[in-house]
Amino acid sequence: MSSFAFPTSIKSRPVYGTLAPRDGSAHLMIADADGAGAILAVAKAAPTLLPMTHIIYIPRDAPHTDALRSLKPAKFYSGPSYAAALPRIRKALADARMGLQVYLTGTEGLIGQAMNEAMQAGFPHNAIQTEHRGSVARRMQCVHCKGITEDVDTDPFVCVHCGLNLFVRDHYSRRLAAYQGVCIDAETPGQVPPRKALYS
Amino acid sequence: MSGAEKIAVTVTDIVALNELVTRFEFKRSKGGLLPTFSGGAHTVVRMNDAGVTRLNPYSLMSDPMDQRAYTISVRRDDAGRGGSLFMHNKVKVGDAMTISYPVNLFSLDLRARKHLFLAGGIGITPFLAQIKQLARIGGRWELHYASRNAALGSYVDTLTGRYPNQTHIYFDDDKQVIDLAHLLDGQPLGTHVYVCGPKGMIDWVCNTAAAAGWPRETVHYEEFLAPRPGKPFEVKLAVSNKVIQVGENESLLEAIERAGVDAPYLCRGGACGQCETDVIGYDGQFLHRDHWLDDADHASGKKIMPCVSRFEGKTLVLDR
Repeated sequence: MSSFAFPTSIKSRPVYGTLAPRDGSAHLMIADADGAGAILAVAKAAPTLLPMTHIIYIPRDAPHTDALRSLKPAKFYSGPSYAAALPRIRKALADARMGLQVYLTGTEGLIGQAMNEAMQAGFPHNAIQTEHRGSVARRMQCVHCKGITEDVDTDPFVCVHCGLNLFVRDHYSRRLAAYQGVCIDAETPGQVPPRKALYS
Repeated sequence: MSGAEKIAVTVTDIVALNELVTRFEFKRSKGGLLPTFSGGAHTVVRMNDAGVTRLNPYSLMSDPMDQRAYTISVRRDDAGRGGSLFMHNKVKVGDAMTISYPVNLFSLDLRARKHLFLAGGIGITPFLAQIKQLARIGGRWELHYASRNAALGSYVDTLTGRYPNQTHIYFDDDKQVIDLAHLLDGQPLGTHVYVCGPKGMIDWVCNTAAAAGWPRETVHYEEFLAPRPGKPFEVKLAVSNKVIQVGENESLLEAIERAGVDAPYLCRGGACGQCETDVIGYDGQFLHRDHWLDDADHASGKKIMPCVSRFEGKTLVLDR
């Protein structure tokens, strides 16, 4: 699966677009897994951007690292996890000047967390380009214990921190880069609807 | 009555800064404090000019947290419709006037990491209040201020004296020009640019910033358009069932108000969108001058901003 048409939902739910080359003095592209495809498409449309481009890629078992590296961007980093890439993302944003263009692509968790970093660096969130690719799994926050569960792909799911059965809401927080998970069996503990894959 | 809430004030001080610019200070006539505001806000000053009511917006330049008095600086425009001439020639200390509550269409985006101010001429005034606001909260800013020459550079000495490291002055007569492309290129991520000055300067900054990849959300500008004179025309106000004549030197909005029809407004300068009016029918052509409607709206013949735009032709019927 390379892209997914999310059904229309509440206003809080992020909406993703399609990455397109933009004028700028530098380009920061951050992707995980199948997000590589969106970067390859931008590079094909505007190869002149590459000497000004910094690509930060978290492959997560996807086989696209060599394809991205062979684009020969100004800087290329590939790392095992978002946490491993984070110091580099922060350094890239701290050193950046106005004129930078930000492109985020891959899973919602990657897009949301990287967007949060760019926002904290003072970049307007609505000026950041995003394109969803790959898994529809979500980064969820348990509203009860505040713990984050990554890569949630079923509804309901069990909070990895407190063990409550949580309902997957579309209510999203840009500040937390997470959707809200709410206890689904609070009134009648144990009465939990069957677990279904998201969007099944 | 339309517009922001009104405040009865007394003129408490008038200072001529130079050949063209004079500063006015207002205090509440009945005593007491004025509302605080945010840097970039303006007030609409009501003038009774020999029976003609003029309502002109002026940026507040005093400290936004100083509630004792408001100050504005007015540049005399000898070719204008008379508002600034009235302020310069007729207003005296002790006069009672009416001003509106502050309205801000040019506020700081406090999410910015740095504020880059570009002023042209009298466009310095909103920045004076914004600088005071930022000084209070320790904000990071930088000012590039272009003026014709030292004699006409209002507040140049105050700014360079108080903020020597943040203030950069350019005099046109000395062929000093802001090196804009270079200036924009060096700014740290999270900088917002604000420009206030003549239309040419605003367009120059907006276009240069866009070409350099600055997001639209980081470029802020304010230009108050004075309604320009034009050929007289006739308008039918469908809701009020009145036919009015718009004179050569008054705006459509002013003519509507003169006819006793209460029409909404805030900025009276084509920026805020408050006076947007639906057109029911027309035969002729619009002279759109606002910054509010987009090109499609202008071409549609369905909307007009009566504060600055005019009409030439046979008939115009408005939903007012």
